[in-house]
Amino acid sequence: MLKQIEGSQGVAEAVALCRPQVICAYPITPQTHIVEGLSVLVKSGKLAAEYINVESEFAALSVAIGASAGGARSYTATSSQGLLYMAEAVYNAAGLELPIVMTLGTRAIGAPINIWNDHSDAMAVRGAGWIMLFAETNQEAVDLHIQAFLLAEQLKCPVMVCVDGFILTHANDRMDIPAQEEVDAFLPTFAPAQMLDPAHPCSIGAMVGPESFTEVRYLAHHRQVLALSAISQVAETFCKTFGRSSGGLVHAYQLQDAETVLLSMGSVGGTIREVVDEERTAGRKVGYLSLVSFRPFPSAEIERLLKKARTVLVLEKALEPGSGGPLFGQVQQVLAGEVPRLFSVIAGLGGRAITRPSLRQLFSRAHSGDLEPIHFLDLDRSVLTAYDATLQDAFGAC
Amino acid sequence: MQKDFYPKGTKTLGNRLAPSLGTLQAQEDRPNCLTGGHRACQGCGEALGARYVIDAAWKATQGRLAVVTGTGCLEVFSSLYPESAWQTPWMHSLFGNTAAVATGVAAAMRARGTSEVRVLAQGGDGSTTDIGFGCLSGLFERGDDVLYVCYDNEAYMNTGVQRSSATPPTARTATTPPVGSAPGNPFGTGKNVPKLALAHGISYVATASIAFVHDLEQKVSRAMSFHGARYLHVHVPCPLGWGTNPRDTLVHARNAVYCGLFPLFEGENGVVTHSFKLEKTIPVAEYLRGQRRFAHLFAKSGPDTERLQALQAMADAYIAEFNLV
Repeated sequence: MLKQIEGSQGVAEAVALCRPQVICAYPITPQTHIVEGLSVLVKSGKLAAEYINVESEFAALSVAIGASAGGARSYTATSSQGLLYMAEAVYNAAGLELPIVMTLGTRAIGAPINIWNDHSDAMAVRGAGWIMLFAETNQEAVDLHIQAFLLAEQLKCPVMVCVDGFILTHANDRMDIPAQEEVDAFLPTFAPAQMLDPAHPCSIGAMVGPESFTEVRYLAHHRQVLALSAISQVAETFCKTFGRSSGGLVHAYQLQDAETVLLSMGSVGGTIREVVDEERTAGRKVGYLSLVSFRPFPSAEIERLLKKARTVLVLEKALEPGSGGPLFGQVQQVLAGEVPRLFSVIAGLGGRAITRPSLRQLFSRAHSGDLEPIHFLDLDRSVLTAYDATLQDAFGAC
Repeated sequence: MQKDFYPKGTKTLGNRLAPSLGTLQAQEDRPNCLTGGHRACQGCGEALGARYVIDAAWKATQGRLAVVTGTGCLEVFSSLYPESAWQTPWMHSLFGNTAAVATGVAAAMRARGTSEVRVLAQGGDGSTTDIGFGCLSGLFERGDDVLYVCYDNEAYMNTGVQRSSATPPTARTATTPPVGSAPGNPFGTGKNVPKLALAHGISYVATASIAFVHDLEQKVSRAMSFHGARYLHVHVPCPLGWGTNPRDTLVHARNAVYCGLFPLFEGENGVVTHSFKLEKTIPVAEYLRGQRRFAHLFAKSGPDTERLQALQAMADAYIAEFNLV
């Protein structure tokens, strides 16, 4: 059914359609509206689930861990500092192979404290062993949640659906919210692979020593490799069931003959597609590659789609000081020895808008060969000196 | 010491003349939920405590029990893959989230319509009184149907005997060494988690000791007769951390109770309802003397009278507060 609602409400309704049995809630901006939406659905009796208000994000995911091990389909949501506060449990959920689904309303990490969108939080847990999917639109956010439960339970692996904070979570948007019967047909009842059952006692979370730890980690990697095909298959089935294409490993836009390709993740895709259209109209062969799946990393897809390009601009909303963009490093690894020249573009940090003029300028500088290896989009040098007046004295001009 | 090694009367484990008066541990068909072959040290108080508690809870629930365990000695010595000493459904997640994981398991049981399966969470004093206290308080406040059991050996034993907020004043640990003008752990205001649990107003709170098995088993079974959040704090000496003879674990456990430093009591809905009356009391010094962690209080150059008196005052205050004699 078509609805004009807030992105968070769309996610809440999508999650509810998946019939989660245990929902854990702790407020953090910009994720909060999602669990608020779910609380109304549970409290009003529209969704039969245990809704648990907890005392921290660490507890939120820990309750989900217990609930999942107890055999219930479990869900929680978080953002930013909350994700870091639960980081230990994020790793634990993956290690315990519990099919929890969590929404990450992506947001910057402080200090300086900043509530707006970037991908620093998601990047901080990229090695935790979760499947990490990035939504480009609110419709995709809705659809990815429905796919996420299926993927998690098929693969015995938690799934994080990353939805850009504010840009998506707080935007009023048109979304097609599926009917309950459709989702029920797509997503079977949860049949846990292992659970705490007195009829069949098992030990979950045993200590593993050096003689087996490598093998357990190998299996964790193997599961992610399997996820590469599972993600494509689930997206295909979704398309057949619901009649629209959503999810999958990547979205390719105007790539067939593209010489300059911008690669990115999440909601910035909308703006990029528009600029790509403008550039194409002006006769420049540019294209866009959007990663939906960041974990597992679709290396083969990226290589196949980008190896013929001349220039690849990796635009990402995260920065590892002293290293650069984490996504860039991975793309570099995939395209090592291939034709394209790679540039790292750091953009949209802490909610800085990524505008069409900025992207047009970025393409133009790329075409004229006027880009630094790590380019900070729209860097305002007057703020640099105003924020830290001692900087010039200590390091010279920056 | 040998003369008093076994406590008299019905406090003994078994009573061959009247099996029905014996403890569950004395019965041939005890469930043995934490089975033998695990890797605990000789004389481990926590291993005893865990077996007594889980067996009693298993009996009270007729085996419909799921156990969540925090990181620590108990988890390490019982679950090293590919073996497990646990005969019940058992899980371990992290050091500080045991109470929250237990909340989740209980929620899953409700959601699945199997809430007759009861949940027991357990952890050491570090896991309970320090790193997991936030989650524990959350569990109490929400009133989830979980019995949380703390096995208190008064320091972080698994990492090599570092101080926790349950470490008694003056005790030597690896991070409160017996050097300087005030050797060992400093005096503070203390963090009495049983009293903090009581202050949450939960349905049932109790302290127990592995030296008094009848009392311990009765408390577990009483705890399982309530629903909602419940708390049991069990005193479990650690030969390695305390510097005691493994064969004397129960002697030290008993002396801790008799001297008043570890009062045994029960409370319901925020009020203390029952105290374990002491048939005899002993001076605190008698309890402390046999433990190397307090050896600096009994130096050859003369006892640390001032701090021994302060410890005695603590015990006296407990004896008065809980009306132990």
